[in-house]
Order: sequence, then structure tokens, then C-alpha cells
Amino acid sequence: MELCSFLTLDSLITDPLTHDFMRKALLMSSLVAAVCGFLSSYLTLKGWALMGDAVSHSVMPGVVVAYALGLPFSLGAFIFGVGSVALIGFIKQKSRVKEDTVIGLVFTGFFALGIVLVSKIKSNIDLHSILFGSPLGISLSDVKQTIFISFLVVILLLIFRKDLMLYCFDPRHAKTVGINVFFLHYLLLTCLSLAAVVGLQSVGIILVVAMLITPGATAYLLTDKFDNMTVISVLSAIISSLIGIYVSFWFDLETGGSIVLAQTFIFLFAFLFAPRYGIFKLKKLFAGYK
Amino acid sequence: MESINYQNFRIDAENICVDYNGKVALYDANLRLKPGQICGLVGMNGAGKTTFFNALTGFVNISKGKIRINGESVRSAQKDQTIAYVPQNEGIDSQFPISVWDVVMMGRYGSMNIFRCPRESDVQAVKDAIERVDLTDHLSTPIGNLSGGQRKRTFLARAIAQRASILLLDEPFSGVDIRTEKLISELFIQFKNEGKTILLSTHDMIHVREFCDLVLLINKTVVAYGETSEVFTPENITTTFGGISPDFLFGPES
Repeated sequence: MELCSFLTLDSLITDPLTHDFMRKALLMSSLVAAVCGFLSSYLTLKGWALMGDAVSHSVMPGVVVAYALGLPFSLGAFIFGVGSVALIGFIKQKSRVKEDTVIGLVFTGFFALGIVLVSKIKSNIDLHSILFGSPLGISLSDVKQTIFISFLVVILLLIFRKDLMLYCFDPRHAKTVGINVFFLHYLLLTCLSLAAVVGLQSVGIILVVAMLITPGATAYLLTDKFDNMTVISVLSAIISSLIGIYVSFWFDLETGGSIVLAQTFIFLFAFLFAPRYGIFKLKKLFAGYK
Repeated sequence: MESINYQNFRIDAENICVDYNGKVALYDANLRLKPGQICGLVGMNGAGKTTFFNALTGFVNISKGKIRINGESVRSAQKDQTIAYVPQNEGIDSQFPISVWDVVMMGRYGSMNIFRCPRESDVQAVKDAIERVDLTDHLSTPIGNLSGGQRKRTFLARAIAQRASILLLDEPFSGVDIRTEKLISELFIQFKNEGKTILLSTHDMIHVREFCDLVLLINKTVVAYGETSEVFTPENITTTFGGISPDFLFGPES
């Protein structure tokens, strides 16, 4: 077995680093995880998990069309991501159908369109890597795009960090004191679309929503301070990515799935043992033994 | 006819209508309030109280009519931090990971730079506001760990820190302890003396008689408006609440 060739813990960690594709995967996935983790604080507090799911699935036809036309895939994904949200808003306003139903039917429609397009266009599109991610096989042009988009999202979030927090917490107050709530709404949606675009390279379209909500949910269980929540969310996302990639390398597993599973385990750990909000409230347990 | 100087009115809402996707929530509503006046907004659930607040803050657009705040548009009132909104306890996410200090600081956001970096004056305003609502011991307490009354006081402090001249309060007395109720009523007297204008919605008829100079009874539109002693009659209240007698609603004593 391959595993037997690694003799020490040290070589378990360092040997994968001798591979160029592994170094690239670890770096890029950490970057993507940090961006998605940062955003996930806002999404979980705003209650936009379903919206994140919708946007990330809806980018599918955009990615396919962009590939077919030789455009940057992020452009196509972005247009369809924002388009799906606009369509959801429009249908919700013009019909009596409830919002979660509208979200569900719009994103599945977009996703289905993407799958049909793939089967029709049959270019060099690798359906598997779109659906499940391919952090190990990321191309140089994708790397450039990912770095650019990641920094763009991080800078936007850093500038409007407090406004977005206020928007999530109390949009009515924001509006009352003259803060542009409309702008913030679309800023958050834009960041969501862009983060979904970079996230899908790591874990694929189907699982990218996990990158956008799980780290935030984990952090929410661990702190009562917003800034701490952001930091914990980013850290847990990065750690999950590193663990996921290493584990997938050691045991020859699907990488995207491994990353998300690592996030899920970290969430479960917080769910059970978080000092204040965990099932077993560690703080109280320790206090009892003193 | 005498000409009206609109500058004299803090709030001047004229024949305003609000509809949500064709469904009328409020129509032909009028309200005029001067500095130092306290007005009670009374009506059933769904009578348009929150909609009225939303129209005044610019959170919803009016489809007809005109709103002047200190003689200016709602938009410029927003820019000038003229109006502060104190939400119902139920209207906010009490599990949001945010401290008393952070919430009160949000009252200063509108007058800060784009990064919302607090200046010394902002810090001082927040400190003073928190002291006025007697929460100095809870500066860094997460709002989730506060009692209902303490949370209400936190949002009052935010309005104070904002230095708004108009306060809109949604059910300020619901779900609060006696201490908070006493503190709020003391603050009301101070606000009145400072010349602030207060519009508060309430279900509690005793509070209307106690604090409000004026009362606005609404049921999708204005049922009655004027001095509390004149307007707040059993007949008007019955009309406002769709034919149910005030005895039934508030007991024979009220």
C-alpha cells in the first residue's frame, strides 16, 4: 500500500509537498477557503444559506457557455449567478409562490440547463471537475483568475465589513441613517456569486455551498463577537482545506468531498463541545471537576 | 388662509399612501408633530403602525402624498441622522454575535467615514448614551445575554448616540421590567425637555394617557388624531379596533 511508504509523521506532511500540483492545490484551496469562510460569517447571520445554494448551482450554465466561447469562466458564472438572483426576486414579486419554492425551482432550472448544455456542446468541458471540483488539476489561467477574484472579494468585504454587519443585523436602522441598503444587498450578492465561482474549483458546484455556510455556522457556535466569528470562520475553512487535501492524497479520495467532510467534522466537534453553545458545554464540564 | 410655516413641524406627513405590490397597507394618512411633542400611535396588528414608521424612515416608498421632516425630504433627513428608530424586541435577532457597545456604536455609523472608524467624539457619544440608559456595567455583554428590558435600553442608547431629533419607538414598553419602564419614562421627560419629537406605538392604553400629548388612532387610515384628552375616547378606540369595545380590550377600569 502506498501509505506504508510513508515512514514518519514528518514525511506524511512533507512528501506531498514535493509534488508541484499538491503545493498549488494547498495554496489555492486555502485562499479560496479563506474567501468563502470570510463571506460565510455574513451569509449564516443573514440567513442566506438557501440563497448560497441557489447561486452556486445557477452558475453552471454560465461556466459551460464561457468555456464553449473561450471566455473566462468566472465571467459567465458571475452573470448567471447574479441573473438567478434577479430572476428569483422577479418571480417572487410577480407571483404568489413562496420564496423558498421560487429559489428551489429557479436554481434547479439553471442547473438543469447547464447539464443539458454540457451534453450538447461536448467540447473539452470536464463535467466531473465542474460538479466535483479539481483542486489538483487547476490550470495556470484559472490560478490567475482565482487570485484576482479572491483579492477583489476580500478587499470589498474588508472595506464594507461594518456596513455589511449592520445590514445583516438591522437593515432598517441602516436605511434610517442614510446608508445605502440597496447597494449593500447587491454587494453581498456579488461577493456571493464571486465566492461561489472560486469555490467551485476546490469542491465543485454541488458542494460549494458547504464552503459558504459551514465555516460560519461552526464559528457561530464558538463566539459571541462578530470579529472573532470572522477569524474563526476563516481559520476553520483553511484548516479544513488542508486536512481535506492531505487526507485525499494519503487515501486516494475525492478531494472536494474530503474538504467538505473535514468542514462537517469540525462543525460536529463544535456542535458537541463548544464551550457555551455545545451539547456538552465543555466549560461546565471542566468547572464541575474543579 | 394663513400660510403654514413647514419648518415648525418636525414631522409633516400629508395624505400618505403605502402599498405592497398593490395591496394597500395605509392610505390618506396625515400627521403633524412639533418639537417636544410625544404622540402615541395606536391600532390593531396589521393596522399600518409599522408601515407608518417605515414610511417616515424611508424604509418603504410612499405611493402617494408627501412627507417633510423638518421641512426637508426623507432622504435628507436620513443624511442628517434626524430620525432614530427603536425596534421591537421581536424585530431583531437577539442571537446576533454583537455587544452592547457595538450596537450603540451603530448609532454613529451614519456620520462616520466609509470605513466606520470611530473618532473620539463617537466614542464619547456612545459612552454617554450607555450611561444614560444605565448599562455601563454591560458594555461588552453580547446582546443575547441581556434581559428584554436591557436589550430595549441598548437600542434606546443607540438612538441617543445618534443624536436624532425624532424618535420612532415600536412598542417601547412591551416585555420590559419595571426598572426599565421607569427609566424609559424618565428619559421621555428628558427628551421632551430637549425638544425631541417622539412617536411611539403601543398596545397599552395606560401608557398613552400617561405620556402622550397627542394620539393617532389608525386602522389603515387615520381614525382620529388630536390631543389625547379629546381623542382618546371609548368610541374612537372601539372604531379603531374594529368594533370591539375598550372594556373588553382593556378591562372596565381603563
